[in-house]
Amino acid sequence: MGDRYELRFSGSGGQGMILAGIVMAEAAAIYDDKIAVQSQSYGPESRGGASKAEVIISDQPIDYPKATEIDCMLALTQEACTKYHSDIKEGGILLVDSDEVKDVPEGRFRVFSYPIIETAREELGKTIVANIISLGMIAELTGIVSRSAMEKAVMARVPKAFQELNRKALEIGFEKARELKAASS
Amino acid sequence: MAGEKKKRLMQGNEACAEGALYAGCRFYAGYPITPSTEVAEVLSARLPTVGGKFIQMEDEIASISATIGGSLAGLKSMTATSGPGFSLKQEGIGFACMAEVPCVIVNVMRGGPSTGYPTGPSQSDVMQAKWGTHGDHPVIAVTPAYVQEIFSETVRAFNLAEKYRTPVMVLYDEIVGHMREAITIPEAGELEVVDRAKPECPPEEYLPYDQRYEIPPLAPFGEGYRFHVTGLNHKDDGFPTNDPGMIEEGNKRLLRKIENNKEDIWCNEDYYLDDAEVLVFSFGSTARSARFAVRKAREKGIKAGLLRALTLWPFPDKALKDAASRARAVIVPEMNLGQIVEEVQRHVAGPAVEGIHRVDGEPITPAQIIEVIERYA
Repeated sequence: MGDRYELRFSGSGGQGMILAGIVMAEAAAIYDDKIAVQSQSYGPESRGGASKAEVIISDQPIDYPKATEIDCMLALTQEACTKYHSDIKEGGILLVDSDEVKDVPEGRFRVFSYPIIETAREELGKTIVANIISLGMIAELTGIVSRSAMEKAVMARVPKAFQELNRKALEIGFEKARELKAASS
Repeated sequence: MAGEKKKRLMQGNEACAEGALYAGCRFYAGYPITPSTEVAEVLSARLPTVGGKFIQMEDEIASISATIGGSLAGLKSMTATSGPGFSLKQEGIGFACMAEVPCVIVNVMRGGPSTGYPTGPSQSDVMQAKWGTHGDHPVIAVTPAYVQEIFSETVRAFNLAEKYRTPVMVLYDEIVGHMREAITIPEAGELEVVDRAKPECPPEEYLPYDQRYEIPPLAPFGEGYRFHVTGLNHKDDGFPTNDPGMIEEGNKRLLRKIENNKEDIWCNEDYYLDDAEVLVFSFGSTARSARFAVRKAREKGIKAGLLRALTLWPFPDKALKDAASRARAVIVPEMNLGQIVEEVQRHVAGPAVEGIHRVDGEPITPAQIIEVIERYA
């Protein structure tokens, strides 16, 4: 890991992108004992509009808290993908929802495309966990946080009644990302 | 895992609330406003559990007034707001300066003027913090940039308020307020906590504005001390006066109590300052961009350095003059159209002074600062 590993979670307001950022930062800073900063940018709407959260992970104290050259970005909507992809660095990763993002930007980064929201609906009956599936996928694709740290971080943020649902969502994320990786290598 | 229990990922605004509780804050009166609302949200849940009181007031001026009342009744008191609310609170802030009532006012800065850009960051209230209320008055403002520092600077703000019997402002921007970082809450006793000096004399001899003191002791209402509190110029006993000598002496003492204690109030971070030829002066989240820029400039062999103000008011002129005496340029990045840069120009003779300004709701990036540093390298 360089001195900064930068992640951006983007989608529309209400898709849980800020929560995804918080969980990622918690996995890194609390359970993996690294240093992390999570920041966010959002509009006045509580639903809709492009929303993003950023997480910087490092072994050293982090000064600038926002993304400069992104190692990994998630886009759950076309609007967010188009608006926010330009900072992805060469060799970085872009993970998009394949049903939502039809116009995949070109660049010198690797693109992973998967029907994340549809998978949440079909396998778990709840699109609301698309963000947790995404977290599982990102943990697996990047290896930036350990699997156990990610599990602990998700469980710590989720109410008891929804723990099983979220555990399954995370598991699906890990598994789908493994398949994607295998297919692309 | 050791340390897992104590370390928590926390938002800046939450750290502010926790810092206030650590400092002994037991009264909060406020009116919700983005991007400061989480301060109130956390305190509304936490204050009642430690025997404190939380009141959501009907408006901003009522909030500062209640905060002043809470403090006069002996509780460490705080309110939090953002630009538009800070404007509305100015009358009360002036009253607290004049009546010498310790209290803490948090202003999480967003884009302005007016209601401006509620969810976007800015640093455009720094001059309002100094001159928002009328008349000559002392101002202390602290400007944290990290979540852990919001905690410790909020504690320090309470300490300064109590020590100098004056309102103290905690000024930070939306980026730091909404950012999350891991912080460790210090154990009780780890950080200094100051309580105001109380009178030792019997109530009948008590003078709330006793001019023999630089900072007269403050009696809490309810312990038998009766005294008058007013925004008018007043005598030792707190009642209004038209005596020119008393008016002048009272006004001058207000300023003197801060002026004479600047060394105690000032706090800066020095980063590569010893041999810095290109100096960056900054504060708040912008200083984090500046630190990144200075680090990158050093990697390129440029002798850049950062002076970061944790106390912005009183202005750290001494540290600035010292660092600037060795520099050929002073760069002042700030998320406004040029406020602190003029203060820097007032104190620096010799080196070029250049501001970097941004008011589009986006942070000043390290790249913007590096570009200017390189021009003076």
